[in-house]
Amino acid sequence: MAEEILVYAEHQEGRLARPTWEAVAAAQQLAGASGTACAAVILGDNVSDLAGELAGAGLQEVLTVESPQLAQYTPDGWSLALRQVIERRQPRFVVFSHTYQVRDFAPRLAASLDRGLVGDSLGYRREGERTFFVRQIFQGKFSADVEFRGEPPYFVSFQAGAFREDSVQRGQSQATITPMEINVPPESIRTRPQEKFREAKQAVDLSQAEIIVAVGRGIRKPENMELAQKLAEALGAEIGASRPICDSGWLPMDRQIGSSGQTVAPKLYIALGISGAIQHQVGMKGSRTVVAVNKDREAPIFDIATYGIAGDLFEVVPALIEEIRKAKSG
Amino acid sequence: MKIVVCLKQVPSHDANLRLNTASTWIEEADIGFEVNEPDVYALEEALRLKEKLGGEVIVCTLGPARAGQAIKEALAKGADRALHLDDDAFENLDAHGTARVLAAAVRRENPDLVLTGLQSDDFGFAQTGVILAEMLTLPHSTIVMEIQAEDGHLKVKRELEGGWFQWIEMPLPALLTIQSGINKPRYASLKGIMAAKNKPLQKLAAQDLELDAEALKPRQVISRMYVPQKTAQTEFIEGSPREIAERLVDRLKNEARVI
Repeated sequence: MAEEILVYAEHQEGRLARPTWEAVAAAQQLAGASGTACAAVILGDNVSDLAGELAGAGLQEVLTVESPQLAQYTPDGWSLALRQVIERRQPRFVVFSHTYQVRDFAPRLAASLDRGLVGDSLGYRREGERTFFVRQIFQGKFSADVEFRGEPPYFVSFQAGAFREDSVQRGQSQATITPMEINVPPESIRTRPQEKFREAKQAVDLSQAEIIVAVGRGIRKPENMELAQKLAEALGAEIGASRPICDSGWLPMDRQIGSSGQTVAPKLYIALGISGAIQHQVGMKGSRTVVAVNKDREAPIFDIATYGIAGDLFEVVPALIEEIRKAKSG
Repeated sequence: MKIVVCLKQVPSHDANLRLNTASTWIEEADIGFEVNEPDVYALEEALRLKEKLGGEVIVCTLGPARAGQAIKEALAKGADRALHLDDDAFENLDAHGTARVLAAAVRRENPDLVLTGLQSDDFGFAQTGVILAEMLTLPHSTIVMEIQAEDGHLKVKRELEGGWFQWIEMPLPALLTIQSGINKPRYASLKGIMAAKNKPLQKLAAQDLELDAEALKPRQVISRMYVPQKTAQTEFIEGSPREIAERLVDRLKNEARVI
């Protein structure tokens, strides 16, 4: 039992979010070939369908925690319920994706068990028996290898895109679904969440986009945005931008990608005229394939690009649009 | 309303950071420091609440002697008094240890509201405030973009992913972690700077807070720091625009298999 890895399965609007699958992939890789069991835990008032979906994901067990008190997410309810599950299961690791919800409750949960959480990790490294988790500090200027101290369970969250959804090892058989009895008295939940809403100008969720064409200062003029739009249309992509483009009003703020905008992890990210400052990279480095078009061969975007084109985007992009249309129709 | 603001000093944004010889931390000599950005917004929010509702704003800072500058700035902006938590035993604490020390100090004040920035620009744990809430057994909310307070009760606007928001109600006392951009922070006035000199500043060490080494034991340690490696082996595609387009589409189709 002590070698179990427990994965937290987040769901929103009745669906398992992509971060959940990334966390499952992380747990499976952490378990490695050692035969360590991976179990997922899911909370809510009725999660049987979602538990069934998780049961096919190559896990040994899916733990369900159902209570009317858990109909809506609250940090109190989640910490209290998960604490009871963890006390009973005594896993070695508890694995999360570093989402807004996890940031809200996981530190509280770990502290309630007198344990630590290594948050926002990019991955891990093994040295013999020791495991180091890699995280960025000083806003990405340095990486740090971090090691847990004290007794397990060890709590770790991974950054979006650190592990890939499609690397989940699907199981041959269905995992056992185990309902957990927990006690969450109504008075233990002190915060009352209201309905979620979007501000008029915040209408786009780029975090789920499969392909993104992103524009930076190199686009030079608002009239040139049309070129990027055409490329996006040809690819069936969403369009996004680095901060200066949105600050200038050439695209709405809700299409900004980076530390003060959205964090994305598409299959394909095409950066047009983006230099790739750390503030931008933070928001897109989880992308699987990155194509960068930039005049400056020394631009930092090329440090993280899969394919680099050191050239004039106004010459390359029209040719690219034509070639993509050809490929799609062929 | 009695409000405690936890405020931290971090290296300046434009500081040229170098690793120490053991590669376990940065070289702190010869660099500038400033107040952690989200904490500046947390302080401003506290001052606005006080102006509206009356009460007291207490700044609580954990850090070495140099952090006194951050406290001075907060007092100059209008905080009423300060707690400076300084002890050799507090050096390089992890989020858990930091929250332990803050909890010991804040508990003595018994405030109605505790505000922190949502994360620091150095460690970037984004945890200390939430752990502090647990240690103080307070309800909490994170990444807060607006606060409405009335009659022992709070309504806060919490930022969610993808442009979504949510109002959350909770009783006081409570703890909130504040997002940058929630307000427009003020500058200290000359009058404020003069007044700050006479404001009470209490220094507290481990012994004053009844904290021993066991209580501050880390849950996580940095074993090594380094400049991030290049994460991609970039393949540069050369040729005429037409050739580049053909080669790229071929790779996206057959190598990366993304189109």
